[in-house]
Amino acid sequence: MKTTAQETPSKRPVYVELDDVWVAYDGKWILKSIILQCYAGEIFGIVGPNGGGKTTLLNVILGLVRPAKGRVKLFDQPPGTNSRLDIGYLPQISRADRSFPVTVLDVVMMGLYSKLGFFNRPDRQSKEIAMNQLSQVHMEDYATRPFGILSGGQQQRVNIARALVSKPKLLILDEPSTGVDSVAQEDFYELLAKLRDEQGISVVMVSHDIGMMTSHADRVACLNTQLHYHGEPDSCFIPDVQEKVYGKDMKVMVHDSKCVTCFHRHEDHD
Amino acid sequence: MIEIFRFEFMQNAFMAGMMLSLVLAVVSFFVVLRRLSFIGVGVAHSAFGGVALGALLGISPTLTAIGFAVAVANAIGYIGKQGKLSTDTAIGIFFSLAMALGVIFIGMSEQYNVDLFGYLFGNILAITRTDLVIIAVLGTLVLASIFIFFKELLFVAYDREVALVSGMPVTFLDHFFLTILALAVVISMKIIGIVLVSALLVIPGAAAAQITRRYVSMIAVAVVVALISTIGGLFISYYADLASGATIVTLASAIFFITFAASQIRK
Ligand SMILES: Nc1ncnc2c1ncn2[C@@H]1O[C@H](COP(=O)(O)OP(=O)(O)OP(=O)(O)O)[C@@H](O)[C@H]1O
Ligand SMILES: [Mg+2]
Repeated sequence: MKTTAQETPSKRPVYVELDDVWVAYDGKWILKSIILQCYAGEIFGIVGPNGGGKTTLLNVILGLVRPAKGRVKLFDQPPGTNSRLDIGYLPQISRADRSFPVTVLDVVMMGLYSKLGFFNRPDRQSKEIAMNQLSQVHMEDYATRPFGILSGGQQQRVNIARALVSKPKLLILDEPSTGVDSVAQEDFYELLAKLRDEQGISVVMVSHDIGMMTSHADRVACLNTQLHYHGEPDSCFIPDVQEKVYGKDMKVMVHDSKCVTCFHRHEDHD
Repeated sequence: MIEIFRFEFMQNAFMAGMMLSLVLAVVSFFVVLRRLSFIGVGVAHSAFGGVALGALLGISPTLTAIGFAVAVANAIGYIGKQGKLSTDTAIGIFFSLAMALGVIFIGMSEQYNVDLFGYLFGNILAITRTDLVIIAVLGTLVLASIFIFFKELLFVAYDREVALVSGMPVTFLDHFFLTILALAVVISMKIIGIVLVSALLVIPGAAAAQITRRYVSMIAVAVVVALISTIGGLFISYYADLASGATIVTLASAIFFITFAASQIRK
């Protein structure tokens, strides 16, 4: 085997494990036979067409959607309140109300609430932690401003800070780069790489930016109802999956917008 | 002392009014942020079924009203969560069911020893020392529970999906808040009235939201609005000989329109 960043992934703890997961909405299969393992210290990228089931897959990992069939494990246990304490989550669409009376700092501090536990109030230390996180996304100057007056991209950066602030072991990010300018995106991916290398956190990330994904994710998979792994054969370490997907004489695939496996049923080529 | 405070019932009414202002203002902060005002209306009306049952059985209408309101609030919350029916629909059903039961109970009871009209529209003469104790105890309970779970309630109100994923017991918190809402409604019904109390579950918070974008000051402004409305409303209703609940709600609405106009002009 070639020596890469994922040299011995099997020796690292598995944070996310999906075993033959199937999900249906209204009698239609949205996810079929998903097999996925995400290890500590890796950035796992998921790309795929609109409606391919990416958000649904993240919801399955988070325990928000129960699969019709198959097994889901988060930190070696079924997803639930306990395992969630170690997750940082960034939804694709924020459902928060723009006129809600909170400041930027309040929003970031919310990321700390669950770990603080019942009966404990955020104190000066929580404030400092939140401020530090805000400066990592270069939003510290806005700390006391109402969240609702920020631009879309600024709000996204604050939401990213909220996802990171509790120092989670696993980050689940649904299109984190939406609305974020290219400088901030580059910053953000660097930050993710740093967290991965220094703290061994793992990231499951959905994005439409295939270029960004191939350069920043350790592994990229494409989801269109079924999950297809891409990249060097070495980086796909679940041999029987590859067989299922590509057949016995599997070829090295380079992921781009012409990827036949992923986009053959769809018109849109990102 | 001013003439108005010579009467014990007026003293009681003012004390009750001040305590309720605090409770309703804090509850309305969350009602407005979570867009629960229609649930407030539904829960308040469901208390009527409870009052009528109390009258029929000859037990404290407050007790039975608590039972009805808490049950209906949680049933609405439960059905809304199942996702098949909208919360809106669930409210529409329970609200009328509880009222219908109320009418049936009244029909069944022989004597009318309970002032149903007073419960519906508020009766300032009706506040006894016992009521004051009930308001003080339950009001403190409501405020203390909100204080204890404030950060959790705030997070869930702001972004329930992220709150859930971060490990918050969202379902528990929802039912917890609905129960608190029901208690706040029941302790207010004697003075403000079942039909009118839902206004005070919305107006203080709504008026405060016009003025400020910070939650701490929003709660403070809501309390001030509620206090001015109740105290002012009681004074006006006494001197102008108007119905207390209706006067309080009219004054509160007037304050809302002023804050609304002020916020429009400021834009
Ligand atoms: N709650 C739901 N009820 C019914 N169908 C749903 C629901 N959520 C998703 N779907 C369906 O499941 C499919 C996958 O949706 P999903 O949101 O997972 O796609 P996605 O890959 O995240 O797309 P996008 O790139 O647009 O974000 C879509 O066809 C969608 O219509
Ligand atoms: Mg999606």
